[in-house]
Amino acid sequence: MSSLSDRLRLAESVLDRIGDTAEAEVRVAGGGSSLTRFANSFIHQNVGEEGDIVSLRMALDGRVASGTTSNIDPVRLDAFVAGTLERCRVQPVDPHWPGVATQDPGGGPVDHYDQATADADPTERAIRVASFVATGPGMRAAGYCQTSDAQIVFANSAGIRHEGRYTTAVLDGIHQTDRSAGSGHAASNRLEDIDAAAVGALAAQRAIDSADAYDVKPGGYEVVLSPECVATIGIFLTYYGFNGKFHNEGMSFVEHGANQFDRAVTLVDDAADPRAVGVGFDSEGTRRRRVKLIDAGTSRGMLHDRRTAAQAGAESTGHGTAGSEVLGPVPSALFLTGGDRSVESLIAEVDRGIYVATFNYCRVLDPKSMAVTGLTRNGTFMIENGRITGAVTGMRFTQSFLAALGPGNVLGVGDDARWADSEFGPLIVHAPSLRLGAWHFTGGTEA
Amino acid sequence: MYDDVQAAIEGALAAGASYADARVVIATTESIDVQNQVVESVDRTETAGVGVRALIGSSWGFYATADLTDAAARRAGEMAARIAEASATVPGPEAVLADVPVLTDQYTTPHDEDPLAVSLSEKIDLLVDVTRTMQAVPGIGIARGNLTFWVTDKWFMSSQGHRIKQRLVESGGGYDATALGESETQRRSYPQSFGQFETGGYETVRRWDYAGNAGRIAEEAAALLGAPAVEEGEKQLILEGSQLGLQIHESVGHAIELDRILGWEAAFAGTSHLELETLHRHRYGSEVMNITADATLPGALGSFGYDDEGTPAQRVDIVKDGLWVGVLSGRDSAAIAGLPPGGMVRADGHNRLPMVRMTNVGLLPGAGTLDEIIADTTDGILMATNRSWSIDDKRLNFQFGCEIAWEIKKGKKGRMLRNPTYTGITPQFWGTMDRLAGEAELVHWGTPNCGKGQPMQVAHTGHSAAPARFAKVRVGVKA
Repeated sequence: MSSLSDRLRLAESVLDRIGDTAEAEVRVAGGGSSLTRFANSFIHQNVGEEGDIVSLRMALDGRVASGTTSNIDPVRLDAFVAGTLERCRVQPVDPHWPGVATQDPGGGPVDHYDQATADADPTERAIRVASFVATGPGMRAAGYCQTSDAQIVFANSAGIRHEGRYTTAVLDGIHQTDRSAGSGHAASNRLEDIDAAAVGALAAQRAIDSADAYDVKPGGYEVVLSPECVATIGIFLTYYGFNGKFHNEGMSFVEHGANQFDRAVTLVDDAADPRAVGVGFDSEGTRRRRVKLIDAGTSRGMLHDRRTAAQAGAESTGHGTAGSEVLGPVPSALFLTGGDRSVESLIAEVDRGIYVATFNYCRVLDPKSMAVTGLTRNGTFMIENGRITGAVTGMRFTQSFLAALGPGNVLGVGDDARWADSEFGPLIVHAPSLRLGAWHFTGGTEA
Repeated sequence: MYDDVQAAIEGALAAGASYADARVVIATTESIDVQNQVVESVDRTETAGVGVRALIGSSWGFYATADLTDAAARRAGEMAARIAEASATVPGPEAVLADVPVLTDQYTTPHDEDPLAVSLSEKIDLLVDVTRTMQAVPGIGIARGNLTFWVTDKWFMSSQGHRIKQRLVESGGGYDATALGESETQRRSYPQSFGQFETGGYETVRRWDYAGNAGRIAEEAAALLGAPAVEEGEKQLILEGSQLGLQIHESVGHAIELDRILGWEAAFAGTSHLELETLHRHRYGSEVMNITADATLPGALGSFGYDDEGTPAQRVDIVKDGLWVGVLSGRDSAAIAGLPPGGMVRADGHNRLPMVRMTNVGLLPGAGTLDEIIADTTDGILMATNRSWSIDDKRLNFQFGCEIAWEIKKGKKGRMLRNPTYTGITPQFWGTMDRLAGEAELVHWGTPNCGKGQPMQVAHTGHSAAPARFAKVRVGVKA
């Protein structure tokens, strides 16, 4: 299948099979994805895939069931629709079923698509890998270069139709010496934006600078966090806090109108931002709205799908996904507002603290207090008297992410906002570096 | 289906591959989620396609398509070879495959009840009933239940002549109750966090007494809100079996993956603190510690007939009397290490490249019972059921949170404690294991959500464990 219009015809053919029997939403997602992986400074795994996935949700008098298939053979689709309908029949009525979307307020086009990225072949990815590897002579390079082409259509029984497409390109890697490692990352919707040499050079420099790392005593430290670390904080706060389902259930820390964050913190989800990736509608056919979650430190917004919105007496913000019935709505493109400070100037104001390039393996101890444990990795440095004086070994922290960005604790915001690699993956959070007044380290990686 | 597999291999060989293998995989997943007696989701996912792996020089090329026609399969093979060829831009040492028997065979997971044939009504009623029971306990705000079933058919062939058909059947589920406090939440789960999953049919769900434990679980969650927190300090630590299973998964299972040891996962999942030169010399833990990787265990979640390279399932010693003696491997990694291939390479569906994955990495049982271990403990803490897990990229520094704990004083189980955490360094921690319960309390715990690889793959793994005690562990780490 090659085009959005082909996919829309397929979605409508599924709706035709259902007719007036039930409410229905159909989503067809297709395209291709390729990833070139390297380790020990050579390409060792190189993969690609293609195919379409048809997702269907049906409601028969409030009895709801869903299904997904990759088999678009017409006979198989007949059975797929019949099976989903049969599962509806044996359900109890869902008292929270909000119905399918019936109105589309319209909106500007959202098209984060780059044909050259969609057409990128394995050689183009390999060239980026070669460029990254070349920046670390004598070191071991590892990482990946990925490109993808996503084409998505939506159709429902109330006549709502959407088409969307986007591309992604990511280069993420490390250089390693026998005693250290350093990381670099870049992501965009265009492969040509990826400067592999620059990403590799940063990773190599961090690895070199980390070679003589020493242990420091755990405890409270001022920190300067890279965009990667800040992106992980942003996705955790949003997933666990600004999630309409968790908020409805009393699991979220968010108190609307309260100054829960420092005034320097403004967090917005905006799929239409020119820098974003993704399509302009969600799995329920609702156009994604721009939602200001945190406004200069004050909690304001909430992400909703149709179900959580109905329960909260609000309108869907267009953040439904397959599975949001269980996990709640999720962000599409988070932007943490950047500042005007260079990273060097953030470091220059720290008397004694720690710079962290990457977090690793962060897990929530409690969603309401947002207590999180995790580790630092691939570049952790001691700051003394306003400059980096040496590398320290990786450290474990146990820290409330809510308190980390709390009033008075954000002491500086970097001018380096970019798509950063979060614990949940790339191209979700656009974030700057931050200087934070306090961070609780609870152990080293080897002691 | 073998015709499509054959076409894919022929496509790859014609395009220059020195070796190729391919799998047609048709996978069905049924999942049911209920919250507070309301069915939130009833979903069935069916994926089908062919994935082909081509080896040229130092790199695998892999391509997958959902189009199960001869032409599409052949083109997928050609694409896999073309991708492998492009890897020569950044070449490495030539990949070699260790020899394995070339077999024609078939395997089906032993099971009594096809989980997809059991009525949805029965499954929904089970979950509605347990959430009703949990909701009836004062203080419980959220009562959730889930059942998930996987039925996977695979047709595998290689250019060396393998021809293997498998049907894998996996079943399980569980439930949890959450009590909502002003500033924190407390959760209890049954049979363990994320549920208990096994190879087998619906009979595996029936074996766990869902109805009989729901009230207790909810009462414990509610009581935890008012329980004192675990105080920071060093204690004798007793771990209940499912938490010990996850401890094995994170601090042993991933560390012994040969691809990690060789650096192939360095940028993402990480490497390992283990170095091949120290195999048979490195002390992993105390002499009580005996660990195997056994893909032949009946009912355990990491069991199968053949891995996704066509190597038969097998049992491999990993730690013997505390000494590290084995790894998890596939044909390419084993050849580099000079070890026999372990048959531990699996893929998450037709569209993912097979890679080294855990099978059933578990502790062989010791002697005695949990009650006897408690009676033998003077100043300790018993922790149960995982709530959070974090470990560094070498699998050394870990910190786990559990749902519930009890104080142990002079051989008696005392007060319930909330927010238990413990932290340690892998070899030191395992070195302090001084008591391990016997076979009667051994359970093949299943982990259905093991993430690894890029693109991300999720594997199902098993971890046999009985309760155990560790002599001196740091507990009560707080934010």
